Amino acid sequence: MSGSIDLDGTLRQIIILYPQLIEIVGLSLRVTLTAVAIATIIGFAIGGILAVSRFPGSSALIAIMNALMGLPPVIAGLVVYLMLSASGPIGVLQLLYTPTAMIIAQTLLVLPIVTTLTCRTCQDLLEEYREQLHSLGASSAAIVQTLLWDGRYRLVTPVLAGIGRAIAEVGAVMIVGGNIDHVTRTMTTAIALETSKGNLTLAIALGIILLVIALAINVVLMWMGKLPSHFANA
Amino acid sequence: MLDKLGTPLPDSSGLSSVRLLPLELRNLSLDIGGRGLIEGVDLYLEDPSLTVIMGPNGAGKSLLLRLMHGLIAPTGGAILWAGVPINAQIRRHQAMVFQKPVLLRRTALANITHALWLRGVPRGRRIPRATQALQLAGLMQHAFTHARVLSGGEQQRLCLARALSLDPDILFLDEPTASLDPASTLAIERLLIEAHHHGTKVILVTHDVGQARRLAHEIIFMHHGRVVEHQPALRFFQQPESIAGRAFIAGDLVL
Amino acid sequence: MNAASRRRICRALAAFVFFVLPSISRAAENFIIVQSTTSTQNSGLFEHLLPIFTKKTGIEVRVVAVGTGQALRNAKYGDGDVVFVHSEKDEEKFVAEGWGVKRYPVMYNDFVIVGPRADNARIGGGKDAPQAFKKIAEARAPFASRADDSGTHKAELNLWEQAGVDPKQSSGKWYLETGSGMGATLNLALGKRAYTLTDRGTWLSHANKDDFSILVDGDSKLFNQYGVILVNPAKHPNVKAKEGQAFIDWLVGPEGQAAIASYKISGEQLFFPNASLP
Repeated sequence: MSGSIDLDGTLRQIIILYPQLIEIVGLSLRVTLTAVAIATIIGFAIGGILAVSRFPGSSALIAIMNALMGLPPVIAGLVVYLMLSASGPIGVLQLLYTPTAMIIAQTLLVLPIVTTLTCRTCQDLLEEYREQLHSLGASSAAIVQTLLWDGRYRLVTPVLAGIGRAIAEVGAVMIVGGNIDHVTRTMTTAIALETSKGNLTLAIALGIILLVIALAINVVLMWMGKLPSHFANA
Repeated sequence: MLDKLGTPLPDSSGLSSVRLLPLELRNLSLDIGGRGLIEGVDLYLEDPSLTVIMGPNGAGKSLLLRLMHGLIAPTGGAILWAGVPINAQIRRHQAMVFQKPVLLRRTALANITHALWLRGVPRGRRIPRATQALQLAGLMQHAFTHARVLSGGEQQRLCLARALSLDPDILFLDEPTASLDPASTLAIERLLIEAHHHGTKVILVTHDVGQARRLAHEIIFMHHGRVVEHQPALRFFQQPESIAGRAFIAGDLVL
Repeated sequence: MNAASRRRICRALAAFVFFVLPSISRAAENFIIVQSTTSTQNSGLFEHLLPIFTKKTGIEVRVVAVGTGQALRNAKYGDGDVVFVHSEKDEEKFVAEGWGVKRYPVMYNDFVIVGPRADNARIGGGKDAPQAFKKIAEARAPFASRADDSGTHKAELNLWEQAGVDPKQSSGKWYLETGSGMGATLNLALGKRAYTLTDRGTWLSHANKDDFSILVDGDSKLFNQYGVILVNPAKHPNVKAKEGQAFIDWLVGPEGQAAIASYKISGEQLFFPNASLP
């Protein structure tokens, strides 16, 4: 069958496309890592606050964030597209079809994951520390800061989960980025394109590279998380 | 002017001028889920002696302590410190050590400086005060050890050192040595006596009669959520007024 | 706020400065956005054509490739400067409704009917497209349709109409509606041993052909006309009218037309320039 996978050809194709490959990988990393960084800052803060403070609507917000973890990437892409479109509310910024738009869409995807997992981690820690912190007179803000730092090794998990979700998705970045050559083409949109062109070997090769990169990121972050492994209850 | 740790203060503004005593509990009650856990407690504590709250398990001692410190709100009655109902400002001059050591995932020194940060102590003063507290508790060699690696006794000493570093007027302790070995228990008791010497009022909950004998100047004996006896320690141990009290001192099970 | 949280905030700000800001500032670069179709992109025409234009004018052309219907819709919402699709009726409507300035014919390519070597419907070698469709329907042979509102899809529906057949009734049985782009539909056709209508360009550049070949072509009803339209700046002030028109003028001018004709796959020309000269 001429459609079968050809490893030798794969290697040749990758070498031929070498400069473009660097470009694609670079953009994927840039978009995903930036989105995760932004979502982490916001998500740690919101997750911590939701765990510590009870205000009207906080339980509803937690439930909504939980549900949004399952938000299909295509929907996130559509929502951002409608906002950034020239006919949309913030179209004046002309961000559509740029990496910035892709970052925004992926931030939306990653935020619920980070928020929810941070909230749960902080809730667990709060069980242990609540009385002592109350006795010490800590304000809500101080409690959030204390819990986030105390849970720092556990909080690597939501970050990893966010990276995994973002680097692998194609629906959001395709719609808001437009898969424009040299501008908004990431690993996943390139894979989609090559698949639709019938270049299955190249698509799989790109997929393997994507997995290797994701694995590398995971290894690094888990190593960072394991540093104090000899400490009790880390 | 000396602070509670016995060291000279740079200026007297660090010493609280808030008079917290006398502590008055008026007809205090706590109902949770229809069950009366504390009922009709009237107490008047006015001198800075070392007070021990005693009683069998389930008597409500820990709850009473938490009510005094403002960690729980009563369902009835009032808690007045020098006539003022318990509030966050008053709590700032108090500290509490719990039965199980509660320590953050950081070094011993950092645990204390963190508490000082929470209390608003300025940056430059935190490390000196924390170091002082560690020295007092005999834990200087563990200053940079991760707190949770320390032994149970060391952890509890650290919690006590942390509490003392805050320079509290009132120190609450909820069965602090319940799960500790005798050597650690001795170390803790020595620290308590010393803190008390320097002016901190200590209110200690224990079910260990021996410990009460060693430390108490004043005994509050509780049974079934009520204060059954409130006497100077000597008088309580020689002539307890209640049947429950007598049975407890004798080591019988008090039902 | 302790040292740890301060460090985290600094790292975050650095990330923002290095990653996000550059892309915001790039909005002022010299480029236009062209809404075009996946079949045109998959043919590889743009990789050949656009560098020539950019070299001459310094204007970068960014192509967003979606289905014809979506391309026109995106342009209607102002998310593009130029539309380059192949669906004459819809293009005329687009201009008539005021969303586009003027439609210029640019080039045509042709559709072909491809199928497996087995060719159960016996359409191979035919020159009549509607007739071939009729035979496929009668044989109830599997047929893969894009069913995505694209130019190719509309051409296909046209042919069914001319053949006097309503294939939608058999949707899910022998008429397979994929709702996908040309490449994905071809992959499905190959997998299901189904006939399908495809533009010649996509077929020639599709790497995975299995034992399929072109069975019917050359019918004038299979000709596929491309048009290019400038999105109306009166409706959407953000449209880069000057650069967009420069692109159109180049496409229909002698240089662009020659560039289109010179694009070949395996020695075969895919697109035939036919812009009407002013």
